[in-house]
Parts: sequence; structure tokens; C-alpha cells
Amino acid sequence: MLCLIGTIPLKGLPVLSGEIIKNDNNVTIGKDSFPIHRGFQAMITAAAMVCSEMGLPPPVGFTVGDIGLGDGSRKLYSYLKDNLLDIPAKILTFHYLMPDVFWHDQLLWTIEKRSEKPILIADAGYMYVAKMSGFAPSYDLFTPDIGELAFLADEKAPHPFYTRGFILQEEHNVIPLIKRAYEGKNAARILLVKGIKDYICAHGEITGEIDKPNVESLEPIGGTGDTLTGIVSALIHGGYPIEEASILGAKINRLAGQLAQPTPATQVSEIIRNIPTALSMVLKES
Amino acid sequence: MPKFFRRDSSKKQREKKTDRGFLVFQNTSEVIRAEAVLKKEGWNIRVMGPPPELRTGCDLVIEFPVVEQLNILRILEANRIPPTKVVPVDSPLLKPVDLFHTKDFGRYLMVRAANMKLTIDKETLKIVNISGGGCPDVPYLAEELVGRNLNIAPSPRDIGHTLCAYCLHLAYEETKKKCSV
Repeated sequence: MLCLIGTIPLKGLPVLSGEIIKNDNNVTIGKDSFPIHRGFQAMITAAAMVCSEMGLPPPVGFTVGDIGLGDGSRKLYSYLKDNLLDIPAKILTFHYLMPDVFWHDQLLWTIEKRSEKPILIADAGYMYVAKMSGFAPSYDLFTPDIGELAFLADEKAPHPFYTRGFILQEEHNVIPLIKRAYEGKNAARILLVKGIKDYICAHGEITGEIDKPNVESLEPIGGTGDTLTGIVSALIHGGYPIEEASILGAKINRLAGQLAQPTPATQVSEIIRNIPTALSMVLKES
Repeated sequence: MPKFFRRDSSKKQREKKTDRGFLVFQNTSEVIRAEAVLKKEGWNIRVMGPPPELRTGCDLVIEFPVVEQLNILRILEANRIPPTKVVPVDSPLLKPVDLFHTKDFGRYLMVRAANMKLTIDKETLKIVNISGGGCPDVPYLAEELVGRNLNIAPSPRDIGHTLCAYCLHLAYEETKKKCSV
């Protein structure tokens, strides 16, 4: 089972869970329907579409409303602490959640009680807290962009807001940042670094680089990192090893973007609709 | 003995501290007032002696969850007890990011501050996209700001709650400066 965990920016939405299905303009978790916006909804929609196209069981979502006060995140953390042991998840993808080391560690100790370790993927706020906790190497995959990679590379920063200025957040500095993140033990086993060129790194070594198609106007579009995390999670669910899933996912995400013929004003929902075509083209080629 | 998860031994010392910050005030009476206000609002904070880097005498600081900085600052400002300084517990000399990265796409301009990017249409001054970030208010802020004119869009500092919102606020202010708004 692929479990996708994160928050939706709605006040008062209780903790809910269920299978994720994409409909025409919405995505549903169990019986509840949500518009496809950037953030958790974009991530789970991309994952659900890939699962559907590959004939896989749909992912299962666990969510709650949180507009940044952390109240919803803490309810979701608490729910997962009580229930995670009984959820037969092979892959857990954590996404937008208020970074909270106490609750992060509670979840980790719950997972520790399982007989088998699931594949752990962290993006967005959960990647921040995974780094802060000191357990980053226990994770299987992080998906940072350049600003977040600089944060992982800065062993002192508790959040990207405090990343020190001498740690240059420039594309030409990606390789030293990757090295520094691994040396400081602040990287997951595998990193998928999103940028003009995407880098796949395993145990500190760069094992893949994807720079085609190069669509510059994708960078400003909110949610393209979310779709990438969803696509890669679904490919891993489909049996691809994490590194290979990362390479394929980066290609699929870029191609879906290119097919949308985007400008910097394009919204992520326009890119998401091209995922099935991009998936088919990339898998055929590979 | 843990089966799956082992924390790096060099990080054990700072266990449970990495997501905390210090609020520094003018004097102890402000610390006491701030403590009362924040505890009344239900925040998980504690008053303690400052680390050597921040010590000025017989002073006190308040330890708080650093990611939720923007929300806490708003409460203190509303109660007229803003701190003089806000710093991470682990490294009290760290300063907020102050470097901006801009990318000109012709009609569109993207400004990045740390992990947050804001893009506007230079002709209409409409905010067309917000990307990056990981705290839960980022998708909320995107919904509130995208599609609105830079002149009338709410400031991320006023409606956001976290350090990601603070980063977005820096990008927003820098964009306004660049567009002479």
C-alpha cells in the first residue's frame, strides 16, 4: 500500500483517510472531494493518475485541514501515532505538515515497532523536520529544490529561512551542496534534487542527471515539485527501485510540463492533465 | 536497541532543540508579560536563561517553536511587547536569509528568498504563481495571493503563520521594490 500523508489548507477539516481517486476537476480522498491546487492535492492527484495508468491499487491518503497554525498537523500526527502500526503501508510519503520534531520522533518510534521498515519518502515540511530531527539518513528519499538543498547542506539551519549566506544557493553550486548535505548526515539515502538540471544522488554520489526537456518556465509554477513527488512515489509503488523511479519521474514531470506549453503564469492543474501521456511516452522509451 | 532508526551520535546532544528558537526582550518585565500572553494563548513555550552569545546581564529569554515564529510575533506585536531579537536555539548568531535571487522571464519576473518564489506579470503586476516552501500555510497563501494585483494582495506577513510565510514575505517585499510599487 502507498500511503500519502499531508495537510490541505482548509479550516476545520477533520482528519480523514481513504483511497485517492482523480475525477474530472477534483481529487477525492474516500468520500471527500477537493479542487486540484498546488500542495498536497497536486501531489496525491499525480500519484493517483500514475497508479491508475499503471493498473496499480490507488494510493491511500491521510489528511487534515491546516492553514499554517499547526493545529491540524498535530491532530494528524496524533492520529498516525495511534494507527500507523495497523496500516499495511509499504511506502509512506510525508508531505505538507507543520515541522515538529517531537511529533516526528513519535511517528518514527511507531514505525520502529513494525516488523518491516516501509520505504520512507519526505518532501516539503516533513523533509525539514526529518533533517532537524537528526534522522535524515533513515529516510529513503528526499526531493529538495535548490533552496531546500542549501538548507540540508547547512548543518546549523533549523529552517531554510536561516540558511547562511555563504552557502550559495546557485545552480552552479549544486554538487558541493549535495556533498555537504551528505557529509553532515542531513540527506536521505537518495536525493532527487529539482532544478534546471535534476540530480539523482545515492549515498553521496551523483548517479543520474536529467536536463531534458528543458522548460525554463516550469520553475515558477507552484506545484511542479509536488507532482514530481507524487509520480515518483507511485512508480516505487509499481515496483521500480527508488533511483530508477526518480529518474523516470523527473523525465515524466518535465515532459508533462512541456506538453502543457507553459508560461510562468500556467497553473499546475494544466500540467497534471498531461501526466498520462508523458508517463506512456517515457515508459515506452525506457 | 532500535531496528531501523539510529540518530547520528553527533546530533544526540541537540535532540528536541533543533526546532526551537529564543525570543529576546528589552528587559525581564517584558519577558514575564510575553510569557503570560503566550501561555494564555496556549503556546508551548518556556522562560530560561539565555546562552552566552545572547547574555547581557541577569536576563531571561523565551524558548518557542521556531517554525511558528510569524504567528507568535503577531501576537506579541498586538500586545505591544515585540521581542528585540529572534534567533534559533542551536545557533543564536544565525541571521535570517537576506539574499534574493531574481529571474527575468521577459513579461514575468520571479523573485526567490530562501525556499520561496513569487512570480508576477510585469505588465499587470498580477501575482501569477507562488512556488517552493513546505509549511502548511504555503498552499493557503498561494490560494490567497495568486491572481491578485501586487498593490492590493495581502502581505504574507499579515496572513501567514510560519517561517515559510516569512520567506514569502521577503520575496513579496523585494518584488514590490523591484516593481516600484
